[in-house]
Amino acid sequence: MLERDIFAGFGGQGVLLMGQLLAQAALFEGHNVAWLPSYGPEMRGGTANCSVTISDKPVASPIIEHPTSLIAMNAPSLDKFEQAIIPQGKLFINSSIISRKTTRDDLDAFYIPCTEIAVELGQPKVANIAMLGAYVAATKCVSEESIIDALQHKLGERKKHLIPVNREALRKGAEAAGMVMK
Amino acid sequence: MTTKQLMKGCEAIAEAALRGGCRYFFGYPITPQNDIPEYMSARLPEIGGVFLQAESEIAASNMVYGAAGAGARVMTSSSSPGISLKQEGISTIAGAELPCVIVNVMRGGPGIGGIQASQGDYFQSVKGGGHGDYKLIVFGPDSVQEAIDIVYGAFDIADKYRTPVMILADGLIGQMMEPVTMPEFKSDEEIKVEKPWAATGWHEGCGRPRAIINSLYIEDEALEALHERLQARYRIIEQNEVRYEYYNIEDAEVILIAYGTISRVCRSAIDELAEEGIKVGMVRPITLWPFPSQAVLDAVAQPSVKKALAVEISAGQMVEDARLAVNGLKEVAFLGYPGSKIATVEEIIAKVKALREE
Repeated sequence: MLERDIFAGFGGQGVLLMGQLLAQAALFEGHNVAWLPSYGPEMRGGTANCSVTISDKPVASPIIEHPTSLIAMNAPSLDKFEQAIIPQGKLFINSSIISRKTTRDDLDAFYIPCTEIAVELGQPKVANIAMLGAYVAATKCVSEESIIDALQHKLGERKKHLIPVNREALRKGAEAAGMVMK
Repeated sequence: MTTKQLMKGCEAIAEAALRGGCRYFFGYPITPQNDIPEYMSARLPEIGGVFLQAESEIAASNMVYGAAGAGARVMTSSSSPGISLKQEGISTIAGAELPCVIVNVMRGGPGIGGIQASQGDYFQSVKGGGHGDYKLIVFGPDSVQEAIDIVYGAFDIADKYRTPVMILADGLIGQMMEPVTMPEFKSDEEIKVEKPWAATGWHEGCGRPRAIINSLYIEDEALEALHERLQARYRIIEQNEVRYEYYNIEDAEVILIAYGTISRVCRSAIDELAEEGIKVGMVRPITLWPFPSQAVLDAVAQPSVKKALAVEISAGQMVEDARLAVNGLKEVAFLGYPGSKIATVEEIIAKVKALREE
């Protein structure tokens, strides 16, 4: 198993957190992982992104030139990384704010209305989690339960009450990708 | 469920330092190492230590000098331009024969440069940095776990040789999260090292002469004696402390030589080349000083090896030590970029293939 994913969007959309949750979930399932953030001035206003590698072997280079999946939360991220995705790779587009379709015909593309899903759930902050739900359902690289475990680990006891809405967001995101959560 | 935890490089380095006995930290902010002082500022008071943000880098390194002179386990960290500003203090610490740990999370230079990962401070770290004939023991970790293991033991090594130890990481190691196993806290007994030379408070009848911490040796004989001590110590360090890793060197046609982050890109390239049936190996220096010259020579001297290739995130610095080690026996080519551009797996593969065909 080898997932090499780029999560990208505006600073504040929770793209670094999405990657961390995935890396933590994969670690819980016993895989080797590496999480590498972009950092610097580009986080202010432009795109923020992180690279997540999940492998059954020790992770050699954590730098991802050609992702197996791209999770694009905004249009600049789609523009920046779309062409780098491997042939037959997966592309997750936040259709709430990205109006265009992919220009590639060799990808599995998923259009997820993240903001609408989150607003419907009454918690706009979980838009990223809805997208993560779509990603996890489509790639099946970790289970929903491992993502919940990772969320629990990240949120701690004090914010435990936020787990149900996050779980709901994961499922709605999965449904939007045309998948049912395993 | 695994017992490993996901940790960011800088935070892991800070926690490992505490567990290795660090009780004092003096620093000044700079990207991409800010997570180290941030972490230290929260954790050191919890374990009875002292964190202090100094008014400048040079002040921080002089505070390290003071704490080390008083026998404390002390550390500072910075990134490239900040490390330059600390050099007066570092040379003084080396001249006064004091142990401490210095972390450099490298970014692109020269000058203020950029903030992305770089390996442009190799020369500064292993060839001096400050003025005068001195050496630092320099480590170049390639993963968060290795950074932890090195920092954890670095205070012991510094105390053993009364010499500053530098961890030469880069922005990627500092900012990356990887699964790690954190070692146990060293006990008070383990970190309590006899330091009869330390200035810990003298009084009449305390049974020892006054401890004087100084790097001024105005008498020629005194300075010569210092250098004899330092050089003798450096020879012992060269015998005892060389560390490196071999990767797939058996029957290799080309030997890569790389340290730190870029060695992992090399590893990916080696694995992909192996799938094509092209045998390439790697010597990965873990200590940059003392440099694993013999290990590099042994790997490159193998009859199967046609050429060697040093890969760095610099314009070519470590390659000079690799060439000295190989001493003209075979060609040591170079691939790398200054600033913060990192050679890709594809570029390394292309370069290796070109070298085979030359």
